[in-house]
Amino acid sequence: MNEAKTARKKKRAFVDSALCVACGCCAKVCPLSAIKIWKGITARVSDRCVGCGKCAAECPASVIHIREVEHI
Amino acid sequence: MKPVKKNWYDYLWILSLTYLILGFFNILFAWLGLLCFFIPLIISLLSGTKAYCNRYCGRGQLFALLGGRFGLSRRRDVPNWMKSRAFRYGFLAFFLIMFLQMLWNTWLVLSGVSALKEAVTLLWTFRLPWDWAYHGASVHPGIVQFAFGFYSVMLTSTVLGMITMILFKPRSWCVYCPMGTMTQLICQAKAK
Repeated sequence: MNEAKTARKKKRAFVDSALCVACGCCAKVCPLSAIKIWKGITARVSDRCVGCGKCAAECPASVIHIREVEHI
Repeated sequence: MKPVKKNWYDYLWILSLTYLILGFFNILFAWLGLLCFFIPLIISLLSGTKAYCNRYCGRGQLFALLGGRFGLSRRRDVPNWMKSRAFRYGFLAFFLIMFLQMLWNTWLVLSGVSALKEAVTLLWTFRLPWDWAYHGASVHPGIVQFAFGFYSVMLTSTVLGMITMILFKPRSWCVYCPMGTMTQLICQAKAK
């Protein structure tokens, strides 16, 4: 198999920290505990995130977006 | 993947619902609502976190349940102005001014200047007769006036939260909740 066939896109959640209300709805639904509330200020995403999108769907302020980050 | 495990604090929505129901039977139960004011503030002041919002807020859980599992929410995005800092801080200021006005009304009854008004004011505008929830008690009318005023605050925020729960996402109240804004400001100040 060549490299082009095996390459796949990796997704990850991104938080707009300026608008995050730190309610914690995202952390509650994350199946990998990859998103946490940092010091009561904003949600922060760790490298464990696979971009499943559950947090983005749950976020009441809709400030979490799923984006492709790299090819692996 | 972590297993879906419920904790004791995932059921605090029962307390929030019970609180709202009790206010229909005896207004003096409204005093218990002060817990929803002081606990988040104490947690954020002591630990610098929003653990109350994140775990223990029964009202948020109630909205999540009604809008999520019961499907009462349209699950649309909140408008941009609603999540702007200007609106959130403005709503907090408005909420605090209305709270102070409620305390002033309580003071007027406490000091004997005004008579007890057995009514609940919804959305700061609509005065609803609520005399059936007050049966006379051996406490000062000022104590009862505070109960009516505080229940007005709690019922108003619940109704507002319900409206935005239906129109937008289930927990859209969390976006502009004055307590959430206040505790986030405390956390920001503590983190500096």
